[in-house]
Amino acid sequence: MANDDIWILGINMTKFGKHPTLDSVDLAAEATLAALADGGVTMKDMGVIASGNLMGAAAGIGQQLQKQVGQTGIPVYNVANACATGATAIRTVIMAIKAGETDMGLAVGVEKLSGAGMLGAGFGAAKSDEWTRTGRYGAVSGLEGKLGTDMMPGVFAQVGMEYGHKYGGTSFELFARISEKNHKNSTLNPLAAIQKDMSVEQIMAEPMIAYPNTRAMCSANSDGAAAAVIVSGERLRKLSLEQQKRAVKISASVLTTDPWEEACQILPNVNTLTRNAATIAYEQAGVGPEDLDLVELHDCFATAELVHYDNLMLCGEGDAVDFFESGATTRTGSTPVNVSGGLESKGHPIAATGIANVWEIAHHLRGEAGDRQIEGAKVGLAHVIGLGSACGVHILEKSGL
Amino acid sequence: MPDQIPMVEYLVLGDSPHLEANECTNCGARFFDRRNACASCSGREFTKAAIPTEGEVRAFTIVTPFMPGTDPYVPAVVDCGGTSVRANIVNTPPDPEHVTLGMKVKLTTFSIGADTTGTEAINYGFEPAN
Ligand SMILES: [Zn+2]
Repeated sequence: MANDDIWILGINMTKFGKHPTLDSVDLAAEATLAALADGGVTMKDMGVIASGNLMGAAAGIGQQLQKQVGQTGIPVYNVANACATGATAIRTVIMAIKAGETDMGLAVGVEKLSGAGMLGAGFGAAKSDEWTRTGRYGAVSGLEGKLGTDMMPGVFAQVGMEYGHKYGGTSFELFARISEKNHKNSTLNPLAAIQKDMSVEQIMAEPMIAYPNTRAMCSANSDGAAAAVIVSGERLRKLSLEQQKRAVKISASVLTTDPWEEACQILPNVNTLTRNAATIAYEQAGVGPEDLDLVELHDCFATAELVHYDNLMLCGEGDAVDFFESGATTRTGSTPVNVSGGLESKGHPIAATGIANVWEIAHHLRGEAGDRQIEGAKVGLAHVIGLGSACGVHILEKSGL
Repeated sequence: MPDQIPMVEYLVLGDSPHLEANECTNCGARFFDRRNACASCSGREFTKAAIPTEGEVRAFTIVTPFMPGTDPYVPAVVDCGGTSVRANIVNTPPDPEHVTLGMKVKLTTFSIGADTTGTEAINYGFEPAN
């Protein structure tokens, strides 16, 4: 392991779902203490914390966490980057290590979301006595439902429909079958919020949220946390052989935002920034999409999963439908995607998601994924995207020891 | 006829209602909101550009509102001669049999109600062109 390599030493995710008796700090502490124990280190070894809690971004989750698990005086960076918050926390720790400020740090993300309903913009201000212009469009009324939608299900529905318009081959049923795959995968993941095998017919018969996404095709709002201890190669070499064997190499860590393109301020373009992040990540890691043994991508909606097959270049441009139809993305396919069950069933506690995806990949690379283990997994990719937009891609590799 | 006010500032009413974008004089990028600078080239000068009133549906969804008893609505991206516009598809049933990808649509305007002074707010949408 080269001195300037970056590794995951310990990592953990809590069960996702409803945790009515635990608050955000409880969940963050549970994931943190477990990640530290997993890595065989303590808070005293940490040189930096990057922490995310999107819904409570003003409260400073990092310091609240320290007050429960160890106030060592180290710098805390509380980060907020929509659904890419967890990935941003990981990147922040990596940047601190790469900058030489420390050689070990903690990334943690937590969210309490169960019962929060669908996320997105509100319905705008109540009608006033006289029409009054507000906002950057000078609107006299809330835009939601009057001029399109900012609600996540509708936005990502259009993203999938746009792909269908461009390349053909999509249908309500196709998107439902993507969801069927992920729900089936969830039955092997005891940490998933929803473990329920659903047929295509059942999925299509669920309440329609935003055509073509029914409720079963939307990410499940849930509570949860995930945490990772990240270490430099130089420091890792001084740790035990057992720690080195279980360490997982972060061979690429990339964060991008959406570059300007026609239409990108009409409907968020989730494609280009993902493609850009993937391109940089493959180059950084020196691997190609064909080398990936598994992928956890941001299926916040079934329609999103399809377009990211293409954006992550798991298939040729425009070939996502054929790629899915070939069975490539099933557990036994050439590129298993979302063997965790994906956000549609595992759940999507926003700031935890970008670390939990990395945990899933790491779990397989360590050969510790039990019933859902992808045999012989050596390389995996974790992807998240937050509207606004921010995209995080991490490529992980098994330790060669 | 009562006074009218467009729902958004980029909607131009009158004899031939249309949308008007802020077009960057340097790179041609078009925006519908109030601008500080251009997101494409950071230019600071803009001119008004009239957007064609006919277009093609490039993406759509049909949203089931949370409030029971309210009708589904159809947010869409309409390609109006190369400029993308955000709107609802209106004047056709909100189902995938009547709204389709690639369908030709045209701009239409309608009142969304009056305030206490009697001024009507006018919104726009796109309806099937045929
Ligand atoms: Zn410009």
